[in-house]
Amino acid sequence: MQQAITIFKKEFKTYFITPIAYIVISIFLIVTGWFFFSTFFIFNQATLRNFFGLLPITFSFVVPAITMRLFSEEFNIGSYELLLTMPVTSREVIVGKFLASVAFIAAVLLPTLTYPVTISFLGNLDWGPVWGGYIGAILLGAAFCAIGIFASSLTRNQIISFITGMAICFALTLVDKTLFFLPHNMLGILSYLGADYHFQNISKGIIDSRDVVYFLSVTFIALYSAHLVVEEKY
Amino acid sequence: MIRIDNLSKYYHDFCAVDQINFEINKGEILGLLGPNGAGKTTILRMLTGFLRPSSGTISVKDFTIDEHRLEIKKLLGYLPESAPLYHDMIVYDYLNYVASIRGLTSERKIPRIKELADLCGLNEVMHRPINELSKGYKQRVGLAHSMMSDPEILVLDEPTSGLDPNQIVEIRDIIRQIGKKKTIVLSTHILSEAEATCDRVVIINQGKIVADGSADTLKHSTEGENLVHITLVNADLKSVQDILGSIVGVKSIEQVEAHADNGQTKFTCLTSKDIRAEMYQKIKETSWILTEFYQETQSLENIFRELTREN
Repeated sequence: MQQAITIFKKEFKTYFITPIAYIVISIFLIVTGWFFFSTFFIFNQATLRNFFGLLPITFSFVVPAITMRLFSEEFNIGSYELLLTMPVTSREVIVGKFLASVAFIAAVLLPTLTYPVTISFLGNLDWGPVWGGYIGAILLGAAFCAIGIFASSLTRNQIISFITGMAICFALTLVDKTLFFLPHNMLGILSYLGADYHFQNISKGIIDSRDVVYFLSVTFIALYSAHLVVEEKY
Repeated sequence: MIRIDNLSKYYHDFCAVDQINFEINKGEILGLLGPNGAGKTTILRMLTGFLRPSSGTISVKDFTIDEHRLEIKKLLGYLPESAPLYHDMIVYDYLNYVASIRGLTSERKIPRIKELADLCGLNEVMHRPINELSKGYKQRVGLAHSMMSDPEILVLDEPTSGLDPNQIVEIRDIIRQIGKKKTIVLSTHILSEAEATCDRVVIINQGKIVADGSADTLKHSTEGENLVHITLVNADLKSVQDILGSIVGVKSIEQVEAHADNGQTKFTCLTSKDIRAEMYQKIKETSWILTEFYQETQSLENIFRELTREN
């Protein structure tokens, strides 16, 4: 566990040494800020619903961009060999990297806390859905980070890793939007698979154990798959 | 210290390492020698627990690699070929990170990093990012990495590849200095390096061990194949073969070149033992004039070439 924490610290620090962190944070803030506030005054309601409504889509491409280098870069420059010949297990490496990316998602979300603060001056903001939304955002981010890490563990090419991760995240986000075309008896299962569906439940301010279990199981399955891939590779 | 039993490694159908057995004793500097693609790196990667053997076992002290991988990793320090380090990190941060993973306590970290910086000559580059360093400095950071926890065994994969002659000498000095106290396994395809730094040499070709012993024993092992060079005036191949060929131990005599202007002819004579005394006696009895006479000693290069070509 000590090793996982060391790796976590190193990876988290690396985000801020390289320009990735600043680029991703700026792009995220510009995109969400623009889409949120451009319609905010038209709706004329003091809620963050539009902000959270958009989050699964933005996370689908922001999160894989954060996680794409975690394994691919190590495989590519060969530093994975140095890392794994030190007394660490691949499980500790995965946990460390996962925690670092989740912490980074939290850092990306941190500046958006200014939105609810600003809005609370404009009108009567209900803080329940806001906190629910942020808890949901962290859970969603964690699940997408795990998927991104899995994609990164598959290849030494960061671009392939990004596109694979993005495809899986988008598929999970959009799967419940395609229900329209599908046979009736599959609806239950497919809507349960949709990340957006569960996220919207939480962002209403209702923390249902089914939604939490969904995100935790996606996270676990993706991390475990990454573990299997990495173990199989060497 | 280290035992390798029937170790094999297959990459799909390709057999990179084929049923290798050897032992490495405590305090030894062992050189794994072989042409490119002989399987040196694969052996080292299995030894350090990075790759899984297809079959066979490696044991270090009382630990086997299948069951006690983590314990073995703690005993080993490893420098892969071309030192693949994190590019964006500063040397100091990197060594600090390695120290944490290696489990050094926070009060031991700084003194240990200072010690290694002195040993490996890293003081000037301590606060530079790794991607700005020259190859030689990267290699030294890699060495410092491998020695961080003061491991009993050091595994170095081509520690001097890609370095300039001055850096090679420096790295070799460091290795020899460490080798006084530690067991070192290093791989190389440079023979003079193995001769200069290693106590024992294991030559590998196509995944198999073809020779094992100190550089001196290897040289002696192929003795009985001496090449004697003779240059004579007034001699022709026929008569030389008649006269010298009658000595016991001469295998063959060949003419290398003849200079018509001064009458000198060069011959090489393959003998099974040192018979220079008898040869000189015979030559003295003739009317030939001896201008050159020497025996070529077998170099490690020749042995290496012979062993790795035959197979």
